[in-house]
Amino acid sequence: MSAPSAELQAVLGRRWRKPPLIRRTWLRWALGLGALVYLAAAISSVEVNWSRVYEGLDRGGAFIMSFARPDFVTRGSDIWDGLMESLIMTVAASVVGIAISIPIGLGAARNIAPLPVYLVCRGIVALSRALQEIIVAILLVAIFGFGPLAGFLTLSFATIGFLSKLLAEDIEAMDRSQAEAIRATGSGWWQWINYGVQPQVMPRLIGLSMYRIDINFRESAILGLVGAGGIGATLNTAFDRYEFDTAAAILLLIIGIVMALEYLSGVIRARVQ
Amino acid sequence: MPVVENAAGNRVWMRRTTGQSMLRWFGWLLGVAVFVWCWNRISDSTTWFFVWDAPRIAGDILTRATPPRWSYIDELWLPIWDTLNIATLGTILALIMAVPVAFLAARNTTPSARFVRPIALLIIVSTRSINSLIWALLLIAIIGPGIFAGILAIAIRSIGFCAKLLYEAIEEIDHTQVEAISATGASRWQVMAYGIVPQILPAFAGISVFRWDINIRESTVLGLVGAGGIGLQLSGSLNTLAWPQVSLILIVILFAVIVSEWVSAKVRSAII
Repeated sequence: MSAPSAELQAVLGRRWRKPPLIRRTWLRWALGLGALVYLAAAISSVEVNWSRVYEGLDRGGAFIMSFARPDFVTRGSDIWDGLMESLIMTVAASVVGIAISIPIGLGAARNIAPLPVYLVCRGIVALSRALQEIIVAILLVAIFGFGPLAGFLTLSFATIGFLSKLLAEDIEAMDRSQAEAIRATGSGWWQWINYGVQPQVMPRLIGLSMYRIDINFRESAILGLVGAGGIGATLNTAFDRYEFDTAAAILLLIIGIVMALEYLSGVIRARVQ
Repeated sequence: MPVVENAAGNRVWMRRTTGQSMLRWFGWLLGVAVFVWCWNRISDSTTWFFVWDAPRIAGDILTRATPPRWSYIDELWLPIWDTLNIATLGTILALIMAVPVAFLAARNTTPSARFVRPIALLIIVSTRSINSLIWALLLIAIIGPGIFAGILAIAIRSIGFCAKLLYEAIEEIDHTQVEAISATGASRWQVMAYGIVPQILPAFAGISVFRWDINIRESTVLGLVGAGGIGLQLSGSLNTLAWPQVSLILIVILFAVIVSEWVSAKVRSAII
């Protein structure tokens, strides 16, 4: 048996201590102190009106209680119209968004697109990802007027950024040999994409599309706040009038639909993958 | 993959049987019909006159909005600071609440898979499916407008997101390490601290920075419903049709989003 090394000799017989997360002492202290100073500054700049909060506790309790007896009936027709509009916007925007994001996703994949096309498509993706849905909705409402058209356009635009980026990343990570084998048979560009690239990315594309439909429905629930159609306007009115029973009913419906969509997309994804 | 005989009596390979291709065709038909119906409903509730007029309106807004009113930035420093605080404090609060929920929801650490786990999963689903703007609306109705409502809205919305990713990370841990620690005679809490936590710490750090980045985006618009931050200035400027201010605020928001995404990408690549 060889003698233990000097390094081991030095620590033998001492109690084990957890190694620190950050090795350098000064950096550890500086980061910790910085975080503390920031937290103190941040918390002190938040003004909380505790008496107002205390008053609100009753209302909060009333709201939580109203989940036990949601009121689907009183504003039944408003809820139904809003929900249908949300669903319609979701379906239409998902179809159009997915249809547009496929060519843009192809263009944004560096291994199949020439550089100028790549740059343009990446620019579109970056723009769409940087602007939040609600801001796009405000601008589109100002331009196209109130109604579901603005919401539909907003969701389509957001879908493009999300789906094209992930599709392009998937295409960039694909197995080149399969695509090359198709090329070697003398196929044209379309045949190459259709038989070499498409079968490799299709399962993931379907999975991501299902996920995006789910997100689109969730987002469509808030677009109504700025006048872009959907259930959001009804929900806003319910909160403004303190009609918590109706609000609870709407929230339960949203949660239910989101859960159903998530379950459905889980089933579909399990089947295609 | 059937082989079908054609009219001339030759056997031809086809990808699908006649029944399968009919079924697919019918599925496509149904899909197209649903889309057309949806589009009709949208088109019915649209004032097309405004849409045809849209390019002129867009050009009009653009000329009004340029150049941005740069001097307005002096009034924006405080809202920017508030926005940053809403996102950061909201993320911290969310993480404090998400960690126990995640441990209760993970199959290998939950105390009871039959009773506690479904409750934890319900918390995750319900907080995740409702947007932070809706949480903000609700909290404003309860505790009044202000930054505090924004922080709570961000925190509640983030619980589900963080807890979901975290419990998936907990379920994927290497079990041998946990067994090694418990073989030394460690208690339940010691197993957690030395067997489980070190394994999920990188995932935890990644998730918190990722969520912080998303929360910066979301907190910039929370002000639209009155929950503090730069969105308050945005809605004020929109309501008074002060387009040069709107364009400046949009530039600031865009800048904040890009910076936060850059920070989060840097930190995550350093950790993982």
